[in-house]
Amino acid sequence: MPALPYVANAVISGTLTGIVYGLMALGLSAIFGVVRLVNFAHGELMTLAMYGAVGAFQGLALDPFLTMIAAAVVFGGFGYVLQRGFINRFIHRPEHLQMLLMIALAIIIGNGLLLAFGPDARSVQTSYQLDSFELGPLLVDKARVYAAVAAVVATALLAAFFRFTLTGKAIRACADNPIGARVAGLPVAHLYAVTFGLGAASVAVAGCAMVQLIDVTPGLGPGYTLLAFVIVIVGGLGSMVGALLGGLAIGVSEALAGLLITPSAKSMVSFGLLVVLLLVRPQGLMGPGRR
Amino acid sequence: MPLLEVEEVSKAFRGLRAVAGASFSVEGQSITALIGPNGAGKTTLFNLVAGVYRPDRGEIRLRGRSIAGLPAHRVCAAGVGRTFQLVKPFAGLSVLDNAIVGALNGERTVSGARARAVAVLERLGLSGKAEVAASHLTLADRRRLEVARALATRPSLLLLDEMMAGLRPTEIDELVGVLRSVQREEGVTILLTEHVMRAVMALADQIVVLHHGEVIARGEPASIVRDPAVLDCYLGEDAAAGEPGA
Amino acid sequence: MTSDRPADAGDRRRLAPITAFTVAVALLALPLVGSSYLVSVATLALYLAYVGQAWNVMMGFAGQLSLGHSLYVGLGAYVAAGIFVHFGVGPWAGLWLAVAICSAVGAFIGLLAFRLRISGVQLSLLTVAFAELARIGFDHLDWFGGPGGLFLRVADRNHIDLLGFRGPPAMYYYAMLALAAGALGLCAFLLRRRPGYYWRAIREDEIAAQALGIDTFRWKMLAVVLSSAMTAIAGVFFAFYNNSLFPEQIFGFGRSIEIILGPVIGGLGTLFGPVVGAVALVLLGDGTTEILAKAGVELPGARQVVHGLLLLLVTIYLPNGLWPPLARALGVRPRRL
Repeated sequence: MPALPYVANAVISGTLTGIVYGLMALGLSAIFGVVRLVNFAHGELMTLAMYGAVGAFQGLALDPFLTMIAAAVVFGGFGYVLQRGFINRFIHRPEHLQMLLMIALAIIIGNGLLLAFGPDARSVQTSYQLDSFELGPLLVDKARVYAAVAAVVATALLAAFFRFTLTGKAIRACADNPIGARVAGLPVAHLYAVTFGLGAASVAVAGCAMVQLIDVTPGLGPGYTLLAFVIVIVGGLGSMVGALLGGLAIGVSEALAGLLITPSAKSMVSFGLLVVLLLVRPQGLMGPGRR
Repeated sequence: MPLLEVEEVSKAFRGLRAVAGASFSVEGQSITALIGPNGAGKTTLFNLVAGVYRPDRGEIRLRGRSIAGLPAHRVCAAGVGRTFQLVKPFAGLSVLDNAIVGALNGERTVSGARARAVAVLERLGLSGKAEVAASHLTLADRRRLEVARALATRPSLLLLDEMMAGLRPTEIDELVGVLRSVQREEGVTILLTEHVMRAVMALADQIVVLHHGEVIARGEPASIVRDPAVLDCYLGEDAAAGEPGA
Repeated sequence: MTSDRPADAGDRRRLAPITAFTVAVALLALPLVGSSYLVSVATLALYLAYVGQAWNVMMGFAGQLSLGHSLYVGLGAYVAAGIFVHFGVGPWAGLWLAVAICSAVGAFIGLLAFRLRISGVQLSLLTVAFAELARIGFDHLDWFGGPGGLFLRVADRNHIDLLGFRGPPAMYYYAMLALAAGALGLCAFLLRRRPGYYWRAIREDEIAAQALGIDTFRWKMLAVVLSSAMTAIAGVFFAFYNNSLFPEQIFGFGRSIEIILGPVIGGLGTLFGPVVGAVALVLLGDGTTEILAKAGVELPGARQVVHGLLLLLVTIYLPNGLWPPLARALGVRPRRL
């Protein structure tokens, strides 16, 4: 059993990463909860944003946390257009066709990135990337802290949007009762598109936050899509609080597994957790109670 | 021994009593109708016999053997065929293929099942539509297909769930005639639930009346329509207007 | 169905057997006249057609979208390769063990799906999770080579060793042809008999099927187990054809997607869909790579982008796949699973 400081570091590091995971999963959860779409291209969107951050850093010397703001806007708009102009036609088609559509997009984006940038890893090396905060025996990466802070801010903004704005409430209405929303005259296609845009924006922000924590390769997509799904299912499909809690749970368990077992066993824990949860409580931690 | 015995059967859903202590029996080769106002528990009782629900209390016996609580496919294997109130045809399959699926219950080979299916379709007047996709049928024909499919399984007891709903009077009379001849020629016993009194009076040898989940009357149609308890709760002036069919 | 003049209808009906005969002759003669590159591409197409057909059994018959079928390919491959490398047990015996293990795993997943009623997105994700668990697991199992891979003796191309399944590319080609044709035949056979009727009924309306005496749990389990068993065989072939196995590669999510692309593009739930889809994928995908190579360009990822575009176009414009319109052109009714 490693010494307490190591465990504490792992827990803190895992929590911080988990917050970013939570933001990423939040996007997926919102899209699924509202539009009822399983976004298999979620990870690829994040990877795309990461490459954007890399490009902005190498080309324009922009710090990823600045790029983040632009990325949110760009991806938000792109997501809106994608949903409104394209995916919307598939809303009423069978579920498996929607899944296949998103899988197709995922393949195209992911391999498009491979075509454009090649398979080699890219990274962003800011001046503070290797610095850490020292709190007694604890060592916390600055980049990780900033990432978590950015994620918290983004999440808070999202939460405020859904809670306090008219559009946000309308979107929640759509999620609760799509037919009723239509009958009440809500512009459902527009609201779906806003939701997708927000989901894409959140994942772009998460990507820019993560870009200093990992190496960027074109093949990151599927791994993060799966991770987002694990988080969403652990937390409860369609529950945003659940996505955040799930993110934390996964972040911490990954970090601990990396410390206590071996680093490569990290994802095993996530998937193991997924399996156990699907068997024991398929509706997730925050999902509605079993009938 | 009666073919079907329902003894003191009760079923509640989350505290709401759907059926309470219902008892009746059905003699072989006869037609029994289960009637009662909406919410009386007819469909629940039906589904209890068909194996959709398990009774909380009581016993259901087919030819002396208990079938209460058996899963639906075992109930069918025991000799009970059923139709659904909202018809459930295999939409993508042809009429003949629908019937073959049913016939495979009693036949070992597909060719044997096909022969049985053809015969059953003939009986139900659907032979001309054998190759039509089930989704393209009219409502009346879909009802017949439901009956044909259930009949193809070679049941001793046929459960018909509100087969007449939504049909025009001529269609009702046609279906009544078909059911009568099916009962006669196949020797099958029929238990049906119905709102359409015209059909009930034309078909039933025995009527069982349900109200608030309890059996309030049992007997021949002629006596049921005069039973004060029945008239009181349900039939009203319909009894005077409705006449036993020819 | 067409209502042309009788002469047209007759010509159309003759087209199908003629096409079938031509295709059969071409397939049998291919290794004799084609280059070794063509043979390897054709083997790949047949492999995809076979494994797609195996996957289609689970989707078409049991209605479950498995996005983790690479699990069975990988398990089958590693089991057969493992006992070959460590104990010298040949592939024909290893085959049985692989099938047994994959069937058991398939049955387990079936139990989860049908007894615990996990379906739709959750089930698809569960299948992915199992494949990922296998990937990570095998990365840590040194007996199977770990992340560095498991290597088999490379085949002597000039000597046909049927027992050890080593030989020239043509041998592998004919083996895969036999498998693909066998799978097609098996599915066609099953479709005509009781299993076909019952599976279609369950797919259409499970409750109505139960009311007709069908034990839907048993039949759905049968489809899932059959699917996993068939896929296991593909894994064994893969091991002895490629001679090297890496967990990252064989259990990967991309592999699972590759498996479903064929049937989806060809036509979900149809008999010939997986074949048509596999051919389209290989023609367009590897065709593109070939053209680029001839132009002196090597672009990793190009093939997959083509696959993705094909999937996208089919999903938008031909959601029932490429086979139904093709079938109509040949005057054949597309047989649905």
